Amino acid sequence: MEFTSEKSGAFLLLMVKGRMDTITAPEFEAECVKWLETGEIRLVADLSGLEYISSAGLRSILSTAKKCKAKGGDIAFCNLSGIVAEVFSVSGFSTLLPVLETREQALGRS
Amino acid sequence: MSTCADQPSLRLPAVMDSLEPLRLFALEGAIEAGLGPDAPPRLELALEEALVNVISYAYPKNAPGGPGDVELHRRVDPDAFTLVLLDWGPAFDPLSEEENEPALEANRMADLDSREPGGLGLFLIRTMSLASYRRNGEANELTLRFELPVST
Repeated sequence: MEFTSEKSGAFLLLMVKGRMDTITAPEFEAECVKWLETGEIRLVADLSGLEYISSAGLRSILSTAKKCKAKGGDIAFCNLSGIVAEVFSVSGFSTLLPVLETREQALGRS
Repeated sequence: MSTCADQPSLRLPAVMDSLEPLRLFALEGAIEAGLGPDAPPRLELALEEALVNVISYAYPKNAPGGPGDVELHRRVDPDAFTLVLLDWGPAFDPLSEEENEPALEANRMADLDSREPGGLGLFLIRTMSLASYRRNGEANELTLRFELPVST
């Protein structure tokens, strides 16, 4: 997985590229924890470059979301497509977590 | 429905390093079979979840002589592409989790504080493929079927 990031208002925007499978899923949590530890507690993950996710990816995301919440922050997701959108939907993650269609919506939250 | 010797198959130790070669073996067959554009990710997902389950649970940890094997067969039928996954661990039907369905359903409805990790892997196998299981002698045999697009 590859990550690029930029600061946008109160949020840290994280662009995620690649595959979130059993082997790579821990990289996502590690990347988010790195930002949490620098004080960035409101994260937005743009998943437009994410091609694939498995249950290991969901576990990594769930653990990350709980850590954000424990710090008083949150993590939102945007630009899901294909199998990623399907997996979020059938697993209930699209109602469990803030999932927005566009980056503007994700960054425009209060 | 049994696995024939002339089908392409790949047998490897049940370890995480085997995920990638088995994924590529399955995808190669799926592309040859002409699966529709949405199908390969679903196939990859059902296969990954099934393999991770075998790798994690089929064989005792740190067994002398290393872990047992996992064997993947692929088959093209007129209407479907089929993967058959074999392991030689104790009998386990990954599709028989229906009794856990209420708990899974409650978990899927839970909020962030009460949501538990896990349980989704086997659920995703059932969601992403037409799956069936049988105990075949000393082997667990999981069949994952993916319908081919109707040719016109």
